[in-house]
Amino acid sequence: MSYQPIRFYQTGTFTVGNRLLTEEQRSVQSGRERTNSLNSGHRACQGCGEALGARYAIDAAMAATNRQLVAANATGCLEVFSTPYPETSWQIPWIHSLFGNAAAVGTGIAAALQVQGKRDVRVVAQGGDGGTTDIGFGCLSGMFERNDDVLYICYDNEAYMNTGVQRSSATPPTARTNTTMPVGESTGARFGQGKNLPLIAMAHEIPYVATATVAELRDLEAKVRRAMEFRGARYIHVLVPCPLGWGHGSAETIKMARLAHETGLFPVFEAEHGEVKHVSKIRRQLPVEDYLKPQTRFAHLFKPPGHADLVARIQALADRNVKRFGLVDHAEEAT
Amino acid sequence: MKKPFAITLDPGSSLANHTGSWRTVRPVYVDRLPPCNDACPSGENIQGWLFHAESGDYEKAWRLMTEANPLPACMGRVCYHPCETACNRAQLDECVGVNAIERFIGDEALKYGWKFAPVAKATGMRVLVVGAGPSGLSAAYQLARAGHTVTIREAGPLAGGMMRFGIPKYRLPREVLDAEIARIVGLGVTLELNSKVDDVLAAKRDGHFDAVFLAVGAHIAKRAYLPAGSAGKMLDAVAVLRSMEGADQPLLGRRVVVYGGGNTALDVARTAKRLGAEESVIVYRRTREKMPAHESELEEALQEGVLVKWLSTIREAGESSITVEKMTLDDKGIAQPTGEFETLQADSVVLALGQDVDLALLDGVPGLEIDGGVVKVDANMMTGHAGIFAGGDMVPGERTVTVGIGHGKLAARNIDAWLRGETWTHPPRHELASFDKLNTWYYSDAPKAQRPVLDIVRRQSTFDEVVGGFDPATAQFEARRCLSCGNCFECDNCYGVCPDNAVIKLGAGNRYAFNYDYCKGCGLCVSECPCGAIRTQPEEI
Ligand SMILES: Cc1cc2nc3c(=O)[nH]c(=O)nc-3n(C[C@H](O)[C@H](O)[C@H](O)COP(=O)(O)OP(=O)(O)OC[C@H]3O[C@@H](n4cnc5c(N)ncnc54)[C@H](O)[C@@H]3O)c2cc1C
Ligand code: SF4
Ligand code: SF4
Repeated sequence: MSYQPIRFYQTGTFTVGNRLLTEEQRSVQSGRERTNSLNSGHRACQGCGEALGARYAIDAAMAATNRQLVAANATGCLEVFSTPYPETSWQIPWIHSLFGNAAAVGTGIAAALQVQGKRDVRVVAQGGDGGTTDIGFGCLSGMFERNDDVLYICYDNEAYMNTGVQRSSATPPTARTNTTMPVGESTGARFGQGKNLPLIAMAHEIPYVATATVAELRDLEAKVRRAMEFRGARYIHVLVPCPLGWGHGSAETIKMARLAHETGLFPVFEAEHGEVKHVSKIRRQLPVEDYLKPQTRFAHLFKPPGHADLVARIQALADRNVKRFGLVDHAEEAT
Repeated sequence: MKKPFAITLDPGSSLANHTGSWRTVRPVYVDRLPPCNDACPSGENIQGWLFHAESGDYEKAWRLMTEANPLPACMGRVCYHPCETACNRAQLDECVGVNAIERFIGDEALKYGWKFAPVAKATGMRVLVVGAGPSGLSAAYQLARAGHTVTIREAGPLAGGMMRFGIPKYRLPREVLDAEIARIVGLGVTLELNSKVDDVLAAKRDGHFDAVFLAVGAHIAKRAYLPAGSAGKMLDAVAVLRSMEGADQPLLGRRVVVYGGGNTALDVARTAKRLGAEESVIVYRRTREKMPAHESELEEALQEGVLVKWLSTIREAGESSITVEKMTLDDKGIAQPTGEFETLQADSVVLALGQDVDLALLDGVPGLEIDGGVVKVDANMMTGHAGIFAGGDMVPGERTVTVGIGHGKLAARNIDAWLRGETWTHPPRHELASFDKLNTWYYSDAPKAQRPVLDIVRRQSTFDEVVGGFDPATAQFEARRCLSCGNCFECDNCYGVCPDNAVIKLGAGNRYAFNYDYCKGCGLCVSECPCGAIRTQPEEI
């Protein structure tokens, strides 16, 4: 873990702040001086995980770079809800070009800064899962392959939400989207399709790859900070639940992210130069049903007579993650 | 202004977009009533003082604690801590060790000599308190702080009531009791010892008192009918324990039988052991599960070698032996005789069957009502006679120190109001912060800290204190186990998790506020507040 967890201070490091900790031990988000990079008044849905994840990540990047940061943004919810012309919620230098070229724009900015000799100004490119795993994938792979000095952050809400919930290559099996409706023979998105972008990024052997969720703020902040210690291409993949597309209550966004991790469906880890360096252990392991049931995109799995077989297959995916990443440490289960 | 090609509008900030208008429900900060506070008969704000203890500000903690309870070092030793039974943390792992922390803070106060804040301006009103037990002391303390002139009349030679003449030293060292009483007297309370009040109305009239608080406790031992011919040594428990405070220790002999199943029985049996009895046997009618004594005290007694004869009654007591009859529990759980008898050797038999109230001083007080041997009081602790209030063991209710202290406090508030011609009303109670209101994900796992216990040999031969106190590190660790149920502890979660930056952090100690211009009412702060200090409320549309 990139940060030393604190135990027994009532909440340890689990909460955003903790009045019992010294200033240096507190998170960026707990400070009144945080940048609020993505400010109030944006048009994201109630309880939007992406708005939250973007503020967490960019505020952390601002703190890590002494506020010397430029961001390029792909088309997608994040761009649409934050910047309807002529208004913007961004309180940082920010540019939007096209759906598929955020990584390339980032590369260009980095090159320009290099020419100008501004080494202290750092570049972030960001987008949703559609703009990252599908439409912008070519540009992103190129950015990785050239090892351009850009941190790319993907906010993954597992479908194209802003155009009305269509499947992306990050949509999980059985999920209902408008293009994977569970009607007739179909049971939602298929098994065996889609991409695991963090692993693909690792295969490029870039300096730093990490996954995170909006449920573990300190972990997310530590990863952004760590990423900024490297030069070259870096990738952080943040799971950001979407109340609209996933069909859970707007107050349950963080809970869903937490459950994604605690069930093993979304492994949280970090890797350097293609090697996994650390995984976030599951604190209280739960069956996948606990994660699936509150989301209407999986409701068809539980409608009588139910699809116990499909749930079992999803559980198998979680079990595989647990094994593959060593998510459960039986010897030291107590945190 | 000249604009670039195809640009017609000036750039603007999204702050112009008041997303608060989307809201159908709004979050509001609340203070809910923590179950510990709810359960504390003294009415302590436990969660409140633990909050200060968590940051190591023990003096602030002590000041808040003593708002309700002037005897924390004593209570941190003898209280049966209903707060811990109610504590939400028990549903997570184990309850918070409130009692042990209270003791630690009480001891810190004695160690550093913290004093109560000076009393309010004198009102010139005179109040008589009868009895210097916990209830009387608590009332005197509160009345003195409100500026009244208080006199306590105590029949005995020393103050403390059953805390001194009942509870043995090995549970409550007398230096601790003395120091806490001295601090109350130090507020300007007049304490008259060896001054039994025989006629309360006369005392009130002669002393020109404007009001009276009665707290004479329950000191008359209940007797059991044992057949004539019981020539052996028969004593009552309260008398035995009281004589422990005098110069001559009671002579109980080598084999002591104690009759009864309450805490007093255990205290006597444990005392007998310490006085050198080879055998100290409790004879109790029913089973262990039915015993009114507290499990922890029974456990301690058994460790010290006290024996218990369950399901037994004494039928006859002879010169140096007694006859007990075996009992059995019927379907309703009532003990029934079996007709089987057994003989036990006994040099003395101590009866610990409970106490009655000595009501002689109340003879002829008009309006005063007595019911089942105790004095009836209304919700404001006033007896049927205007201006005479009562509390503690002499009124209906549980007979514990904390109940007595609570009665004293409540009576003082009412006396204070009554003296001004007003009636005191309890402020509205907050909604209970029940376990389901918490998001316990956020609390780190932490097992309850245990207090050190004296080694067994010294427990069998000396009156040294059995249960020890926490060291500072343990006390702070334990305080930090508190979940802060229902009351914001400034964890910044709401400030962090709002996707709309609609929570304003007001700075250390000042909590937070919502910016309703932008709050969309998603409810994330409500679900992620660990302690249930935010509630959603429908918006008026
Ligand atoms: C052996 C024993 C152990 C106990 N252990 C515990 C325990 O561990 N924890 C717990 O919470 N509770 C315990 N209790 C109960 C607890 O001690 C009482 O509930 C509590 O002391 C009652 O307080 P009080 O102020 O009402 O009365 P008391 O403490 O009984 O005080 C009454 C005082 O009034 C005085 N008095 C009486 N009549 C007059 C008069 N006419 N004029 C002037 N003064 C008078 C008495 O001398 C006495 O000092 C124990 C009781 C006993 C007997
Ligand atoms: S956790 Fe703290 S506030 Fe909650 S009941 Fe226990 S002692 Fe009281
Ligand atoms: S989330 Fe934390 S800071 Fe906010 S109200 Fe609850 S306890 Fe207080």
